[in-house]
Amino acid sequence: MSASVQATLKAEAKDLNFYYGDFKALKGISIPVHDKKITALIGPSGCGKSTFLRCFNRMHDLYPGNRYEGEITLNPDNVNILSPKVDPIEVRMRISMVFQKPNPFPKSIFENVAYGLRVRGINKRSVLEEKVEVALQNAALWNEVKDRLHDLAFNLSGGQQQRLCIARALAIDPEIMLFDEPTSALDPIATASIEELMDELKDRFTILIVTHNMQQAARVSDFTAFMYLGEVVEYNDTKKIFTNPDKQQTEDYITGRFG
Amino acid sequence: MQQSVAEIRRLIARHKFWDYAFAIVGMICLMVGILVLLSLFADLARTGAPRLTPAFFTSFPSRMAEEAGILSAWVGSVLVMVVTACAAVPLGVAAAIYLEEYAPKNWMTAIIEINVTNLAGVPSIVYGLLALGLFVYILGFGQSILSAGLTLALLILPVVIVATRESLRAVPGSIREAAYALGATRWQMVSDHVLPYSSAGIMTGIIMGLSRAIGETAPIITIGALTFIAFLPNSPISPEFPFVNAKWLMDPFTVMPIQMFNWTSRPEEEFQLNAAAAGVVLLAMTLAMNAVAIYLRYRIRKKIKW
Repeated sequence: MSASVQATLKAEAKDLNFYYGDFKALKGISIPVHDKKITALIGPSGCGKSTFLRCFNRMHDLYPGNRYEGEITLNPDNVNILSPKVDPIEVRMRISMVFQKPNPFPKSIFENVAYGLRVRGINKRSVLEEKVEVALQNAALWNEVKDRLHDLAFNLSGGQQQRLCIARALAIDPEIMLFDEPTSALDPIATASIEELMDELKDRFTILIVTHNMQQAARVSDFTAFMYLGEVVEYNDTKKIFTNPDKQQTEDYITGRFG
Repeated sequence: MQQSVAEIRRLIARHKFWDYAFAIVGMICLMVGILVLLSLFADLARTGAPRLTPAFFTSFPSRMAEEAGILSAWVGSVLVMVVTACAAVPLGVAAAIYLEEYAPKNWMTAIIEINVTNLAGVPSIVYGLLALGLFVYILGFGQSILSAGLTLALLILPVVIVATRESLRAVPGSIREAAYALGATRWQMVSDHVLPYSSAGIMTGIIMGLSRAIGETAPIITIGALTFIAFLPNSPISPEFPFVNAKWLMDPFTVMPIQMFNWTSRPEEEFQLNAAAAGVVLLAMTLAMNAVAIYLRYRIRKKIKW
């Protein structure tokens, strides 16, 4: 690994296998997730990058027949968040997620951002108002919505809705934020604003992002894992991956020879 | 081999003939249905019109057709509907939530699912017989408003369950995942999100069920509703503390369709007018309930679009 790595480890996948029923979707994945850095997962469709991301908040537990093997350890307490002894709800309270398509609740802008706080038992109006404002500011949405916090979230544009979903995920002060192709449903201008936002967030949050857009990975991330057929082919410093990858397969993919 | 333009035009003309033909046949079918219903309703309204006076609503039935009214019938219908709603709504909605959100998907829940749908097709007289045994005799509720309300609740339970499940299923998985991803438990996901977002559909299902129940005659006759009753049940509201009482639940009663049935079976011509007038009132009640359902759906759907 290159010399630029001085960050501490926030999480680490260790020999992770994942099964959808009998189908082995992830095969022996081991990569680190550095604290307050952006790690990108790239690879062609069906390579398992979203599946891997969704292990981090135990989303797979919602559907029957899914099975994990191996570990994802989360620091500072070094707990294996995939362990059956760990409540998936506890994991989701520590690690939040932004989905592929904006999925705001059909509630007001305010209530959307406040929901994660309400789940944590925060119901005091003044506290909620303050935290919602901070989250919306962090998501670069505050100036656009401050006069209509009680309007329905559905009245926002697609890009604004996605930033609202980011604010919702930010409000709970997560230890890691998972982004699952957050710009794939957005136009180029909205995409640019989300990327700008991620750049601002990376000083304060640990981010793991799945993207099928290699330029996006190159622009926003510090580290990149290239996945193919359920395996990590190469994990490295983003600069290294995009300028001088170790593996031929990685080079073929990033130069557009397949995928 | 290329077709000439003339050939293509002939072909299109031939295909379009069937297009027009179906449009005309379809319109005729629609008109037959609507016109028959409309003319029936118009006839009913015309026949019943002379009896539709305020006194008709405030009089008890009587041996004199002109003096007879539907007071005991509409009060009975309203009270029975209250019992039906209070029993069917919590039972039906909770059962649907369990089936849809909680129950594991295996062969047992599959069998239950199929049978819930089948229950909606069981003839209502069968529910009447079941209720006669269960509520009237075994549980000892007698021939009361309570028995009738519970009987109709059983009858519409499948309707409420099916409508509720369909509304719950209409909430997209991405909304469920959004709630879970923020650390919600299953119950928080259901009560904070899925249930409120599907309330329009659930409400519609409940009202459709109730508007079916209000017109049911057979099961109510089976459990022994009176056909001639010249007094009201005890009032549910009382002037002294605690201002409500439950005595009315055990009172004998009659309902609108039974009152109608009673009048149509009389030999005297004048009672047919009463039956028609009562029919108009019953139809108006049903239509009003459906209108409420449509309004609720419209108002809530305006806020929610997936």
